[in-house]
Amino acid sequence: MPGRKRAGVWRDPRGRAGLLLLLLIAAVALLAPLLSPVAPDLQRDVVATRFLSPGSTDLHGVLHPLGTDRLGRDVWARLVYGARVSLSVGVLGMLLSLLLGIAVGAAAAGGPRRLGILLLGATDFALGLPRVVLLLLLAALWQPSAVLVVVVLGVTGWMPVARLVYAEARGQLAQPYVEAATALGARRPRVLLRHVLPNALGPVLALATLGVGNAITLEAGLSFLGLGVQPPTASWGSMIASGRDTVVNAPWVGLAPGIALVLVVVGCTLVADAVGAVNGER
Amino acid sequence: MARGFLLGLLRAAAVVFGVVSLTFLLLHLAPGDPVRRMLGPAATSEQLEAGRHALGLDRPLAVQYGAWLGHALQGDFGRSIAQGRPAAALLGEAWPATALLILLSLGASWGIGLLLGAAQANTRRRGLDALGSVVTVSLNAMPGYWLGLALVMLFTYQLRWLPSFGAAGVDAEFLHGGARLADRLRHLALPLVTLSLIGAGGAARLARAAMRALRGAPFLLAARARGLGARRVVLHHQLRSALIPVVTLLGLSLPAVFSGAVFVEAIFGWPGVGQLLVQAVVARDYPVVMAAATISAVLVVAGNLLAELLVSLVDPRVRHAGP
Repeated sequence: MPGRKRAGVWRDPRGRAGLLLLLLIAAVALLAPLLSPVAPDLQRDVVATRFLSPGSTDLHGVLHPLGTDRLGRDVWARLVYGARVSLSVGVLGMLLSLLLGIAVGAAAAGGPRRLGILLLGATDFALGLPRVVLLLLLAALWQPSAVLVVVVLGVTGWMPVARLVYAEARGQLAQPYVEAATALGARRPRVLLRHVLPNALGPVLALATLGVGNAITLEAGLSFLGLGVQPPTASWGSMIASGRDTVVNAPWVGLAPGIALVLVVVGCTLVADAVGAVNGER
Repeated sequence: MARGFLLGLLRAAAVVFGVVSLTFLLLHLAPGDPVRRMLGPAATSEQLEAGRHALGLDRPLAVQYGAWLGHALQGDFGRSIAQGRPAAALLGEAWPATALLILLSLGASWGIGLLLGAAQANTRRRGLDALGSVVTVSLNAMPGYWLGLALVMLFTYQLRWLPSFGAAGVDAEFLHGGARLADRLRHLALPLVTLSLIGAGGAARLARAAMRALRGAPFLLAARARGLGARRVVLHHQLRSALIPVVTLLGLSLPAVFSGAVFVEAIFGWPGVGQLLVQAVVARDYPVVMAAATISAVLVVAGNLLAELLVSLVDPRVRHAGP
């Protein structure tokens, strides 16, 4: 009963706070052009407009609510436009992990026994690989781009999903309704796709919500090391990186995107906790 | 139990082998040429060819891989293309710094996390529990590179208490005894606190959940009924049982801690494996990347094995089980 579950997440105070937080941030990202008076990469007189402190107005009469960075770009504008990049990369990366993980987990649970053993072995093996080493290699060795980061996040993040889907699907496959569907003439793939998976995906939702926060943090980490989304495109990670160089004279450049990042991850954690509680964990 | 450990050892070796092979393949499939980078844009194609030949990069991939594997098994990881020194020596200098950072921060974060989680799970004041959750969720959400930056702002630039770069001051060679130790500790403080705080958030959340799951369990009630004090029951019975899932997760958290260490090392210029890896990847320094990937896989896998051993120490059921 997905409808009742959804209401359950909303009724949980953690779930409500997390959802509101995430909705607010998503709305800010969507409405970026309305919320920001200037473009995120607009540079005018660099010497006169750089390192303006938060709340100051430059000589062109533009208000900078969060100040400007070393190239005179508006930090608020970069923050709201960067949210688009960071959020979409994180969500898409997690979606890719989700697809891969569900495919592997379902095939391992419902497919032939040998295939199952092979896939589970591969999953355990991939789980043992240090993710950050793979991320660094993949991101550094090819030309960095947003698409590459999504692919890299997806390819290195599917294993926990596969394990969970496998465990849930095994449990569901033992239920009488599977026998009933098979007796009615439904074939194995159809039973898996139409009956087992929809019932197995509840706990996966909690994992996926957590994974989005994780993916966004990793994207920012790659951008921070200069291996992610490339400048002048604003992303939170590259903003934190540029804030590192100006930590003495303009701390606001690095603080703002970090706080935004923490808020997103907190939102994801709260929602995941609520989803877990609805699914009967704890 | 010995058999289980042997199986674990085999699995660990397979993972290390897999990481190494995958890294090798990715490195050599990826575009980017270390020789061009080393010789600069002015190099002629003959010079590039000669450089590739000198490094053995013009041989078939399988031959290069076999040669590398053969040498690596003897402890020879080749010479750094960028620095000219043996990669094994570079790694030999780097890994103790990373191991120190990871071990100390694991200890600190799980120590803090367990106590905090235990306190949260057993307090009668819901407000206190909620406050604890806010703190641990936020800490857990902080990326290491950003928390590190914030701590540098506060402790290095505002308060001017602690250094924020490297593992020792420039004058460390001239210091002796206590002064030298103090210098090392001052440099260790910020990277360690950064890594530990983040880990403590996650650890406290896990510990709280494990402790809450045990609340009201019959064996705890029985212990209370036998007249044991509340504190003793919590610390000796509830915490000990909660340790079993927690220690397993501790082992599983090692890759994440290592990831955190890579970023923290990059921020603080901590001379460890992570920093070396990032520099080598950027410079296409094949031998060093291979050596660093090997070492990090070994570190992570060894940690997982250690966690399995710890579980059997904590849980008598595992210790006494076996064929």
